[in-house]
Amino acid sequence: MRIPGLNLQWKALPGEAPAAIAAVGEWQWTEAARLVREGGGRLVALWGADHRDLAEDEDEYSVYAAYAVKDGLAVVELLVPDSAPAFPDLSGLFPAAGRMQRALFDLLGIGAAGAADTRPWLRHGAWPEGAFPLRRDFDAAKLPPNAFTDYPFVRVEGDGVHEIPVGPIHAGTIEPGHFRFSIVGEKVLRLEARLGYVHKGIDKRFEAFTVAEGFRLAGRVSGDSTVAFAWAYAQAAESLLGVVPPPRARWLRAMFLERERVANHLGDLGALGNDAAFGFALAQFMRIKEDWLRENAAVFGHRMLMDLVVPGGVARAFDAAQAEAMIATSHAVEREARELRAIFDEHAGLQDRFLTTGRATPELARALGLTGLAGRASGQACDLRVDFPAVPYGELAVRKAGSAAGDVAARVAVRFDELLESLRLVRAIALAAPDGELAEELPAPRPQAFGVGWVEGWRGEAFVALEAGEGGMIRRCHAHDPSWQNWPVIEHAVIGNIVPDFPLINKSFNLSYSGQDG
Amino acid sequence: MIRILRQIARTGLVSEAAPPPDEALRARAPEIQAEILALLGRALAIRQVDAGSCNGCELEIHALNNPYYNLEGLGIRFVASPRHADMLLVTGPVAKNMEPALRIAWEATPDPKLVVAVGDCGCTGGIFGESYASCGKVANVIPVDVTVPGCPPTPLAILQGILTAVTARAAGG
Repeated sequence: MRIPGLNLQWKALPGEAPAAIAAVGEWQWTEAARLVREGGGRLVALWGADHRDLAEDEDEYSVYAAYAVKDGLAVVELLVPDSAPAFPDLSGLFPAAGRMQRALFDLLGIGAAGAADTRPWLRHGAWPEGAFPLRRDFDAAKLPPNAFTDYPFVRVEGDGVHEIPVGPIHAGTIEPGHFRFSIVGEKVLRLEARLGYVHKGIDKRFEAFTVAEGFRLAGRVSGDSTVAFAWAYAQAAESLLGVVPPPRARWLRAMFLERERVANHLGDLGALGNDAAFGFALAQFMRIKEDWLRENAAVFGHRMLMDLVVPGGVARAFDAAQAEAMIATSHAVEREARELRAIFDEHAGLQDRFLTTGRATPELARALGLTGLAGRASGQACDLRVDFPAVPYGELAVRKAGSAAGDVAARVAVRFDELLESLRLVRAIALAAPDGELAEELPAPRPQAFGVGWVEGWRGEAFVALEAGEGGMIRRCHAHDPSWQNWPVIEHAVIGNIVPDFPLINKSFNLSYSGQDG
Repeated sequence: MIRILRQIARTGLVSEAAPPPDEALRARAPEIQAEILALLGRALAIRQVDAGSCNGCELEIHALNNPYYNLEGLGIRFVASPRHADMLLVTGPVAKNMEPALRIAWEATPDPKLVVAVGDCGCTGGIFGESYASCGKVANVIPVDVTVPGCPPTPLAILQGILTAVTARAAGG
């Protein structure tokens, strides 16, 4: 019973992710969302696929929603006819669905009936209204020239209110996006983001790869989460191929994922100190991170561990001497991290900037579906490594970090806690990873075979849905970054803060533009 | 305060030597006079533009600013506005949604200017290629002086590309 109260024919999807899929009708589509919401579940992803060429009678699209429920991942599929390409709006129940639905329309031309906001999201003018890149009859050769369109931001009116437009190119070395602040004096009344600037057509691009090769592209959905996405992709591919990776490979994947978490948390902690004018923190943490990345390169051949998780297993391993070196480095980094944490805690100026800044209360976080690290700092105690532990996380007994404060200080504290825990996990994996093969052979995929992957990356849940086509090719692959859920929450967390605190608040969430834009 | 000072003292100096320039990275004949390059080479202002990257290259450009690479010691600094920049350091395939912004940034950069394309995507379009949403390589949109391949290139490779662009030796042909 994936969604209690709704009688659906669930088909379990094999593989590492605890997932099942069921077909729903239009009424059940809405009812499923309502029951998941009432049961405390979460919307993980929403996407669609063009199945018109496969339909037996009427041409049809599929729209999918993936929910996190008590016993895992519940995926529902709604068939939508070509004659009326629309589905019932979910944004009333799950506000995070709003932008996903707008993106779905931009790419596939299936609209959410009843949605309040139907402005384009990913379509800025590179392709015209009425052209839909994910439709199978879309022809990129026939596109008119790029015609950048204006965007109707919501205006705040009143005495003394003015707007600050920021971006798409920002002042620092960060990804592009546009932020429109409505302010009075220094105080932010409203923030509205326009994203999609780095949309490079990843979902469509997957169609040029085979199921066996697609992991490289998945690993570049968001470079800072390359391991999380490559692993989620590998899970999806293994699910549809019926392959189980060997035990050693599964332990190595966890090693890569925890090393990725350590690297990102080190970088963020330095940058958070820097955004509060504490340059010492940036210099120290970036030095430690550099040591960490150099060890990645020395042991695994790549500083960011790209292309190491492959469908069927992994591409690299470590030997006994390297295990010892990694354990020693991990102890050294832990000593330094504890010292720097003490310095952070004692620094009154830093704490003054961190405490109560950019607060997302647990109520707000629950209502908007805040997920991952930021969610845990706002009382949303979800961590797939603990809630649905894949091998080897069951054996490693991960301690879940958390706070109910929801401010920048809480997101800093959760990062410190998770950094220390991941350093412990790196040591545990180095000691206990079993011997054996690194990868299984891959059989040819059956056309229309479907699988999903779901991995707790450092930022949050990386989700991949994969459908095979003819000749081993990918027919449809959807990669979902947790930033989709978390971007809208920043708009609420900054209200009432002063403009100069925005970079600090934004960094404390550190969301992916590339991951959201696709 | 004593803890901070102790940590600084314990850390010491970690800076390493800069790599030599590599002429193989040069994408086109230098247009800038040798004497200007000699001047720029001692005080170079860079504006980084992410035109569609996966953010992997940005992480390595951040790393380039860590104490090991001692960038400011070489006279190189990153600036907030293209109007203050001598060089654009561009990553990513150029997303079509970023094409207008990249052109505006390039036009806003005062002449004489240099462009370094960073990463496989910036050099060739990389894994994303050219599509309905991607213009492909940076040189498809603005003129590029030096390309730095890699996915992502290491901080040392990026630094080598920057230094190649400002090397006066080959300038003027």
